[in-house]
Amino acid sequence: MIDLNTQAKNTWCPGCTNFLILSAFKNVLNELFSTGLNKDNVVMTAGIGCHGKIADYVNINSFISLHGREVATATGIKLANPKLTVVAFAGDGDAYAEGIEHLVHAAKRNSNITLLVHNNQVFGLTTGQVTPTSVKGYKGRSTPFGSVEEPLNPLSVLLSSGATFVARTYAGNLQEMQVIMKKAIQHKGFSVVDILQPCISFKDTREYFKERVCELEKNYPTDKLDMALVEVRSNGDKIPCGIFYQVQKPIFEDSF
Amino acid sequence: MMKKQNIFSVLVGGAAGDGAREAAANLSRLLTNVGFEVIQTVEYPSLIRGGHNFARVTFSDDKIHSDYEALDILVALNKETVDLHFKELKKDGLVIFDCEKQDKKIINLPLCAYAKEMGAPPILRTAAALGAICWILNLDLEELNKIFKTVFKDKAEANIKLSVKGYENFKNRKITQIKLPKPKKIIRKLVDGNEAFAEGLIKAGLENYFAYPMTPSSSILHFLAGKAHEYKIKVAQPENEIAVINMALGSAYAGKRTATASTGGGFALMLEAMAMAGMEELPIVVADSQRAGTSTGVATRTGQGDLAFVRNLPGEFPQIVLAPGDQEEAYLLGGLSLNLAWQFQTPVVVLLDKLLSENMSACQLDDKKIKIISSKPSKAGKKYQRYEFTDDGISPLAFPGDKDAVVKVCSYEHDEKGYITDSSEITKAMCEKRFAKIKGIVKELAKHEMIKVYGDTKSKNTLVFFGSTKGAILEALKYIKKPVRAVQILCLEPLDTAQLKKILKESNRIIDIENNYTGQLANLIREKTGIEVCKKILRYDSFPFEPLSLADTINKILK
Repeated sequence: MIDLNTQAKNTWCPGCTNFLILSAFKNVLNELFSTGLNKDNVVMTAGIGCHGKIADYVNINSFISLHGREVATATGIKLANPKLTVVAFAGDGDAYAEGIEHLVHAAKRNSNITLLVHNNQVFGLTTGQVTPTSVKGYKGRSTPFGSVEEPLNPLSVLLSSGATFVARTYAGNLQEMQVIMKKAIQHKGFSVVDILQPCISFKDTREYFKERVCELEKNYPTDKLDMALVEVRSNGDKIPCGIFYQVQKPIFEDSF
Repeated sequence: MMKKQNIFSVLVGGAAGDGAREAAANLSRLLTNVGFEVIQTVEYPSLIRGGHNFARVTFSDDKIHSDYEALDILVALNKETVDLHFKELKKDGLVIFDCEKQDKKIINLPLCAYAKEMGAPPILRTAAALGAICWILNLDLEELNKIFKTVFKDKAEANIKLSVKGYENFKNRKITQIKLPKPKKIIRKLVDGNEAFAEGLIKAGLENYFAYPMTPSSSILHFLAGKAHEYKIKVAQPENEIAVINMALGSAYAGKRTATASTGGGFALMLEAMAMAGMEELPIVVADSQRAGTSTGVATRTGQGDLAFVRNLPGEFPQIVLAPGDQEEAYLLGGLSLNLAWQFQTPVVVLLDKLLSENMSACQLDDKKIKIISSKPSKAGKKYQRYEFTDDGISPLAFPGDKDAVVKVCSYEHDEKGYITDSSEITKAMCEKRFAKIKGIVKELAKHEMIKVYGDTKSKNTLVFFGSTKGAILEALKYIKKPVRAVQILCLEPLDTAQLKKILKESNRIIDIENNYTGQLANLIREKTGIEVCKKILRYDSFPFEPLSLADTINKILK
């Protein structure tokens, strides 16, 4: 085990589910190191928001980028040095609002990077505004009478854009989250994991998710795009988690 | 005032899609190869077919800095070109036009019929016109055919046959020839400003280039994309300029010498990330090839409206802004910009404009003047700190993948390791660290001529300018009656205030010349030196200055 802790002071709220994502990532890294991945060759990028501070808490190469730009930054790093393993961390406001064009195009070009989205359906760091994944009617500081827009289904967008690894997980299930995170990083091509997480300060969805989160069926085929498009939209009483889609396609960086 | 030179101009005009620009370029290549000084300018509207396009080729046996409106030959590929440009003909000037019969100055040549006879597409008819020009200028047709072979490769044959047709037609009719002076046999290369700039970047070790198309910066992207295999450069066109600059900064972080370019609108989209480059101390070159007007403006015309904008990026960090005035300077400053970016780990802006970007000129690009200068190397290892405090403000540079080094960069204010901080002491110290680089930047710039003085260097009449107005101004000097000197500023940030003050204090009359409305250079000079210019000559109608009328204006002021 490599000690991946840093001296940086952690400023997340006590009990924040970001701690679970941080812990999962460090565990996954150590698993990958033990099977030959060189720590020197790993880079994480992050956007701006509560999630972004994660870069300070892992003792590996990191690039805290601008709000919404972590995927573009990661693409540039990977193209410049394809030997690097590049993992982009993003928030739902960050990735699905400010910088969604970069996700769509990274998926389209199948850049060999991984995107992990801390999706808590709210802006935390700016104290509780509506994001693209907030439910309709969400009352935040910028929508005191309830939001009027339908939420975006990001995985549907990314499947349609050509992403070759599309998964959803729940931060509350550490073991499952780790398995999916590891597979996403190992995937050759653009991989995205939408990590559902409660925000204990501005949108406490712990009970909501506990009742609804379920795993995909055991024999679910991951190479059927049409099926994946139906499955990622089936959020109602049950919210399926797992790998919806995984295929191999030519990689952007290999064409140079 | 110098004696009037032997200066000749040929204009090729037609509808967009007629190939006027390419025909003129081939004539320019021919004239360059036989040893003339050549300047080629192009004017075209922002559309693909139709609309009036033209390219003007001016050449001489002596140094010229600008093209001239007065025409010796007008090649009209449509009637509109005759109507628009007939008035620009010199007394003995003539028109080559595909019409029924010869008429005073208009010499008929059956361009379309020749192309049809040959089974060639109509666009090739320009080759017959070029053949006819070879007769008029008494140029060796073989030299033209060599150009065709280089440019069109295995498709040159039809062009060659057509050029012979044109040449023979004029020869048989004994069309009056123009006696040209003997050119100096100097080997030059015909390049436009964008190509020269890109060549400079390549010479300074460019590895990756990202850009989104926007006239007039696009031809840098086209040129580098074409050279990608030859020079092992990765060239990519992402989804927008925001992606461009953020990918470029990722690339620089990963250790690759990287550049990008756009025009005002695209440059504006890059601002947040350029400020991040200042904060994160990432090396990057960003060129802004200015177009005329504000916003989308006049897409295919020239202007200098972005000077105030590009030297005022958000936040505070040492900024570098360079502005070449011609192709040779675009080449040298292309190289210098990439070296400065890496030496000082900071973004460097290069200001171009449509005139410089797209004008071609016969140049001598001196590749001995550009050497690759790298950044301060790191000792790397476990104790690596990306933002280590040093006397010169420059921290050793390591990259992800370097053994044991953890390289953390951060758009927030950060400590030496790169962790987010809001400590007031560190915030102050880091700001001072970044600004400590200025001393080294100034010292490095002093090795290069960043303020140039032309003309009568002792004169108390001073013209000041930056960028592509250089051509018209240096050419105008030939016609200005009173003694006058012209001062060109190539580095606008950091400005060599002491030297500029010294030069300007010796002047009685300072005349500022710019392709914009507000006189942004004059404002910069006042801001930095407290010196107010006496007079501004400003042009903001989307066209560049023309040397003769500019000289007239200056003569009236100095009267």
